[in-house]
Amino acid sequence: MSALGELRTMAKGRGSGRRDVRSKNPDNKAGFAFLAPWLVGLVVFTIGPMLASLYLSFTDYNLLQPPRWTGLDNVSEMLGDERLWNSLRVTLTYVVVSVPLQLIFALGIAMLLDRGMRGLSFYRSVFYLPSLLGGSVAIAILWRQVFGADGLVNGFLSWFGIEGPGWISHPDFALGTIIVLHIWTFGSPMVIFLAGLRQIPEMYHEAAQMDGAGKIRRFFSVTFPLLTPIIFFNLVLQIIFAFQSFTQAYIVSGGTGGPSDSTMFFTLYLYREAFTELDMGYASAMAWFLLIIIAGFTAFNFWLSRFWVFYDD
Amino acid sequence: MSTATASGRATSTSAPRLRPSQRRAQVLSVLKHIGLTVLSLVMIYPLIWLIVSSLKPNDQIFTDLGIFTTDLTLENYAQGWTSQQLPFSHFLLNSAILSIGAILGNLISCSLAAYAFARLRFWGRNAFFAIMLGTIMLPFHVVLVPQFVIFRELGWLETFLPLIVPKFLATDAFFVFLMVQFIRGLPKEIFEAARIDGAGHLRTFGQITLPLMVPALATTAIFTFIWTWGDFFGPLIYLRTRENFPVSVALKGFIDAQSSSNYGAMFAMSVVSLIPLFLAFLIGQRYLVKGIATTGIK
Repeated sequence: MSALGELRTMAKGRGSGRRDVRSKNPDNKAGFAFLAPWLVGLVVFTIGPMLASLYLSFTDYNLLQPPRWTGLDNVSEMLGDERLWNSLRVTLTYVVVSVPLQLIFALGIAMLLDRGMRGLSFYRSVFYLPSLLGGSVAIAILWRQVFGADGLVNGFLSWFGIEGPGWISHPDFALGTIIVLHIWTFGSPMVIFLAGLRQIPEMYHEAAQMDGAGKIRRFFSVTFPLLTPIIFFNLVLQIIFAFQSFTQAYIVSGGTGGPSDSTMFFTLYLYREAFTELDMGYASAMAWFLLIIIAGFTAFNFWLSRFWVFYDD
Repeated sequence: MSTATASGRATSTSAPRLRPSQRRAQVLSVLKHIGLTVLSLVMIYPLIWLIVSSLKPNDQIFTDLGIFTTDLTLENYAQGWTSQQLPFSHFLLNSAILSIGAILGNLISCSLAAYAFARLRFWGRNAFFAIMLGTIMLPFHVVLVPQFVIFRELGWLETFLPLIVPKFLATDAFFVFLMVQFIRGLPKEIFEAARIDGAGHLRTFGQITLPLMVPALATTAIFTFIWTWGDFFGPLIYLRTRENFPVSVALKGFIDAQSSSNYGAMFAMSVVSLIPLFLAFLIGQRYLVKGIATTGIK
């Protein structure tokens, strides 16, 4: 079960929380001893910094002088910051387009890879490899050349007499190349879907087949409903991670977010505000804004899940 | 490949004449394999092109985009190795140190925390567990600035410590979760037997749990390696002098200095940086696949 699945069962008061709350905790000492490194890390590197950055959001802070309380100045600056809203639009476009496309691709290919078919492990390896390499700087560098003016894609198009643009340097297409890069890494959700497909009991399919359901009908009436929890968890997590994408946009645009800010991801803008402009207060406010957006998206996804996610339990 | 064996189901009938439905199944199966093969080629082609281009003379990379060439040379590798002021082995070594540090940290700290969550009953366990799961989903940007300030105050900028020390405090909660899942799957009787034999928690952890969870430890080690090797953001903010650069940041030097446009050298060093990842993939594929399948997270 995925991390989200775990949270869901806990929220419903079942699963690992089934023990009586008042029952003794016989392992208090050992428990906290084993947990000590994690607890220290939680306080020092997560909870403490979270509170600190919340405070910094309301200050003007450039690392060199102590933070100066400015109330809601950062918030009002953000409201009027056109570059910020543009970066949010770019990020939202990236998330909303690339995540569903990648998952649809992953699911489609996983459906094609039947259990025990010839060459299964070969295909799985070939499709999975890009998702391991895709986050690296080397692949982002490669992407710049594949989609460059005289790169691989245009070389292919020229066979058909089409003269492609310089995809990376064109404001209308640069973001698209990063989306394609994300889809190229469909292998890891595909492996998760493959595992999920294998868990569907064969008898469900047999029963449906006996009732005369064809392949398409079986997909929509058996496979898809039983897979919806896994699709949902992947959707939620991939959206959360996609909002934080940075390396590909940074490398593909040479660190500028260009052309014309068309690949200026929210995280890239945040990085520049913090570490180029040294506007740490503003960057902290942006970070909290990002957290709120992600939380909002996640909450909306959970609400939406009532209408399409099917739980067998 | 003969059509008769293309589909596993079709082979069971040895009759020479096939019914139309079986014929259709065979045709579909062949079409499927053709489609998957084409897709595999499209997926892999950029990588093959990268490797071949890294072996081509610089002036041929973009004039001839094919991958069949006889004019192979290692010149790009020789040039690329020294083109970033320090030899590339220096950056490889930095990346290796960062990776080993991160792997050790994650293995030790995450397994301790996982044992506590999976096997021990203590006050607030469920709440802590929920918090731990929550931190997997927390965007790290909300802790970015204060963490930077902390490490700056400690005088740790331009050292590897900001990228390694947090790992010893189980900040990669994803692996804690992975190991909890694994320990929960172990037979309870083993732990009962250990308790009856009078083993304390330290011994149960060290002599029984750890040896049994080697697969989970391997998955953790490989994933940590791949993520640390590829990590760009952390080194970008904490390591700003060249001699501290890991491979990821060193590669960035090739796009900063694009005026020189030595694409061959850039491709060659990109290939070098990917080789360790590829080896990790070859060695650990089994663990990787299992790891993401059991946790449902990439």
